[in-house]
Amino acid sequence: MKVKILAFGISKDILGTSAINLELDQHATVGQLKAKLCAEHKEFQKLSSLMIAVNSEYASTDTILNENDEIALIPPVSGG
Amino acid sequence: MQDIKITDLPLNPQACLDFVKDDASGASNSFVGRVRNHTNSKTVVRLEFEAYEKMAIKEMKKIVDTAMKKWPISKIAFHHRTGNLSVGEIAVIICLSTPHRKEGFEACQYCIDTLKETVPIWKKEIFEDGEVWVSATP
Repeated sequence: MKVKILAFGISKDILGTSAINLELDQHATVGQLKAKLCAEHKEFQKLSSLMIAVNSEYASTDTILNENDEIALIPPVSGG
Repeated sequence: MQDIKITDLPLNPQACLDFVKDDASGASNSFVGRVRNHTNSKTVVRLEFEAYEKMAIKEMKKIVDTAMKKWPISKIAFHHRTGNLSVGEIAVIICLSTPHRKEGFEACQYCIDTLKETVPIWKKEIFEDGEVWVSATP
């Protein structure tokens, strides 16, 4: 399945764009998505943390992704 | 009553203070975060704030809802800025009213501390000789 991923902060710089389309296995998990991203872009491994939001909520690594989910990369936040 | 906002326009502390006015609440407590001119020994030229706005608003609302359960807050304004900010500009305002001061100080601190941990907003520091996303790497 194809999913659209939004990137913010340093993750946008790493990908060079604010959104990418990625091909994932059906029923892929957040953990599998993170592993794929880290394998394709080594810079992700250097971050203090990388959270994934699914439909604008923090998701755990075993969350199952669906084709129409809004997925976002959340590197360490630094508001305020 | 809650007023939660993310905007690329300048923030207005007086408007927040006016919003939280409540005749039953003797304490109006506020925290204002501004752009500092240095980080460690490096001179900061400006900051760039970016938000995942839809989620950031949801997370700010969770903080406000939790604070209103924990402390007797009658009104609260929680505003965060995005875009390019120069030194001295206001990045964040929390303003809230409570019957007495003690719970107001505690609630204010809870809101700013939790924002820094959970709300998907990022700042990039622009120095004279480079730039860095704050807290991104160890």
